[in-house]
Amino acid sequence: MKLTGAEIIWECLAKEGVDVVFGYPGGAILPTYDAMTKYPQIHHVLVRHEQGATHMADGYARASGKVGVAIATSGPGATNMVTGIATAMMDSSPIVCITGQVGSKAIGTDAFQETDVTGVTLPVTKHNYLVTKPGDIARAIREAFYIAKSGRPGPVLVDITKDAQQLTAEFDWEAAAPRLPGYRPSYHAPASEFARAAELINSAKRPLILAGQGILKSGTTAEVLKLAKTAGIPITTTLLGIGAIPASSEYNLGMMGMHGEAWVNVAIQEADLLIALGMRFDDRVTGNLKTYAVNAKKIHVDIDPTEINKNVPVDCALIGDLREVLALIQPQIKKATHEEWWALINAERGDAAVRDIQSLPDSGNLYAAHVINDLWRLTQKRDTIVVTDVGQHQMWEAQYFRHEKPRSLITSGGLGTMGFALPAAIGAKFACPEKDVWVVVGDGGFQMTSCELATAEQEGIKVNVAIINNSFLGMVRQWQEFFYDKRYAATPMTGPDFVKLAEAYRLKGLRCNKRSDVKTTVEQTLAAKGTVVIDFVVEKEDTVFPMVPAGAALDKMIRRPKQDVMLESGSDKDWEMPVPPAIAPAAEAPAKVAVVTKAKVTKPVAKKAAAPVAKAKKTSRR
Amino acid sequence: MAKHTFIAYVEDVPGVLNRIASLFRRRNFNIDSLTVGRTEQPGVSRMTVVVEATDAGARIVEANLYKLVNVLRVDDLTHKSALMRELGLVKVKVTPQSRSEVLQLVDVFRARVVDVDELILVIEVTGTPEKISKFELVLRPYGITEIVRTGVVAMARGHELISSAPPTVRTEGGHGHDDSGVSMSV
Ligand SMILES: Cc1ncc(C[n+]2csc(CCOP(=O)(O)OP(=O)(O)O)c2C)c(N)n1
Repeated sequence: MKLTGAEIIWECLAKEGVDVVFGYPGGAILPTYDAMTKYPQIHHVLVRHEQGATHMADGYARASGKVGVAIATSGPGATNMVTGIATAMMDSSPIVCITGQVGSKAIGTDAFQETDVTGVTLPVTKHNYLVTKPGDIARAIREAFYIAKSGRPGPVLVDITKDAQQLTAEFDWEAAAPRLPGYRPSYHAPASEFARAAELINSAKRPLILAGQGILKSGTTAEVLKLAKTAGIPITTTLLGIGAIPASSEYNLGMMGMHGEAWVNVAIQEADLLIALGMRFDDRVTGNLKTYAVNAKKIHVDIDPTEINKNVPVDCALIGDLREVLALIQPQIKKATHEEWWALINAERGDAAVRDIQSLPDSGNLYAAHVINDLWRLTQKRDTIVVTDVGQHQMWEAQYFRHEKPRSLITSGGLGTMGFALPAAIGAKFACPEKDVWVVVGDGGFQMTSCELATAEQEGIKVNVAIINNSFLGMVRQWQEFFYDKRYAATPMTGPDFVKLAEAYRLKGLRCNKRSDVKTTVEQTLAAKGTVVIDFVVEKEDTVFPMVPAGAALDKMIRRPKQDVMLESGSDKDWEMPVPPAIAPAAEAPAKVAVVTKAKVTKPVAKKAAAPVAKAKKTSRR
Repeated sequence: MAKHTFIAYVEDVPGVLNRIASLFRRRNFNIDSLTVGRTEQPGVSRMTVVVEATDAGARIVEANLYKLVNVLRVDDLTHKSALMRELGLVKVKVTPQSRSEVLQLVDVFRARVVDVDELILVIEVTGTPEKISKFELVLRPYGITEIVRTGVVAMARGHELISSAPPTVRTEGGHGHDDSGVSMSV
């Protein structure tokens, strides 16, 4: 069957099962847009900026596990995609970007809107293609999809010249099957390495599982929990691993790292074995590498061999698909409970919990953490995906929104891309129209891509946008507060009237500046038909605690100060105190460690000074 | 830190050299030399890459090379019995007095003169990189006006075949960056 290159592109997308693409037209991609009208089964979402298209494809991919597709023209269209591609690369998100390129004869002549797009995107794609002949398009697109979703997923870009889109070629799907002799998406660790891993796990006294996004990608929540249950191993997640283990699981200690829970970071430093599952020891989770978990042996399971020994030297590496690795290792694991280890962790946890604003009363002001925690409580019974942007609100969301399901949090972790949330949420909504999609975003990041509100409006989809408006680039302000003597250079920030902005886009806008109004605001939002923008006007100079300062050891955290404004009186009538999470696996550990009351705690391990908690309570540990 | 010699078989497609070079730049690996040429197999090029790296660092280089979609096979020849060869062309000044001395050195190094005029000799020398460096050293007093070296090509001796196995990631030792591992950016 002879087709134009443009038609071949759409045939391939249809064959790959694509039902929605996010794009923006322009000269070099026009032939493809013209052919689009013949393929009504694929819905095209017209974005407002090509960065938005890539984030939407990314959000779609993360919410669904399928490949997201973004389309743009040559030159500026393609360069606008770079941020989104780099974001997907850092977080291993499978997207395929199709860009138009100037005619093949014009390549290299600095033609109008010519950019060396494969050159520009080379370091931020898993692989990329420049296609100059219509007969090469099908294979390039098939290979792009295969590479994007196999092994460690990632973005693939296919740059197609305008003449290749216009000319015709024989379209033969079968003949265009991937031929990638040098591509190795999967590895299989040797049996000896499994035996070693099992031996390390079975002999550990203080093991800890570090749960990463690989668990979501491989869908192994149940398998990881089984391992934890068998050997009585506590679990902590990375930011991108949130949702991989239910927050309510008694094995889940919470998030690790720079803004991770204090007891988690202490546990990492006290552990004698770290079992890293599909995570990559990013500097935001290790703190200073020289002092990182020096007493622990390390097992690293990852599908990407280049991650092994990259940041942290490990004792045992199991390269391969997590599902396969866990299936092979599980039968070799002996039952254990590690009561002393749990008691040690729970002692830390009992201490830390009193600092936690979640269990503190309302002072009358609106705090971001309260907004987020209330949002969680109000939406608990619904099927919700939260998409966060980058900054303080992102960390508060990670701390105070309790995620029970895989793929219920989507956030830019590796690149930390402000402006990600709104477009990624639109992509997520297309992937999961039956779910509620919430955007939690700062006033700064929102202003980076707020133009995509028009996309949401034009598409008639509903995303709920919670702007955590502190009139600052909050996270940067926090760093200036701690490390630059409060010189707030270029961080105070004004914005438009977000309610009016929403209305200008023909959307509903709401404002909330009292905690007692959060509930009705959220209820109104859920009841409204289309996209709603909420301006949560929160405390301006609030701080994310705990925090591991850059370069410090992981357990040298700046803790939540005890004399926090949050401690001051006020009533919290609308809400009952949240039930503290169960703090030891009830089945394996005896009741005496399951309930550790703060006053009674003495740390069972002599190595650490057994500081009575009562004393620690008075002074903030800085 | 030691010199590590890798052989990479790559698909002969546009941009592949760029991919390799970009990888080394991006991962901050130091290329000592890089040579590319055809092989006995059509469509396959062979690269010899010499990098400064620790043993652990070399494993990371190898794994990263493997990760490139167009890279077919990688072998680290560093700890294998291998032939290393480089070719150099040296342009050296001569006088009627020094000419015979220089020709003697050419003989000792089993090099050969490939161009002559009354003031200049162009000498071709092949051998290990160390031998060529030595040759350069002994000729310097006579006045070298130009020198060019090809970079090393390498081949395992005898039956030592290039492995087609995936990267072996050993777990002893780390690549370890020197800094604290935490950047001051937000
Ligand atoms: C595109 C981009 N530019 C700059 C930064 C650096 N940065 C990290 S957090 C942050 C402040 C974010 O402010 P805001 O969106 O208001 O969120 P908040 O921290 O106040 O919750 C900045 C500027 C970034 N991560 N991404």
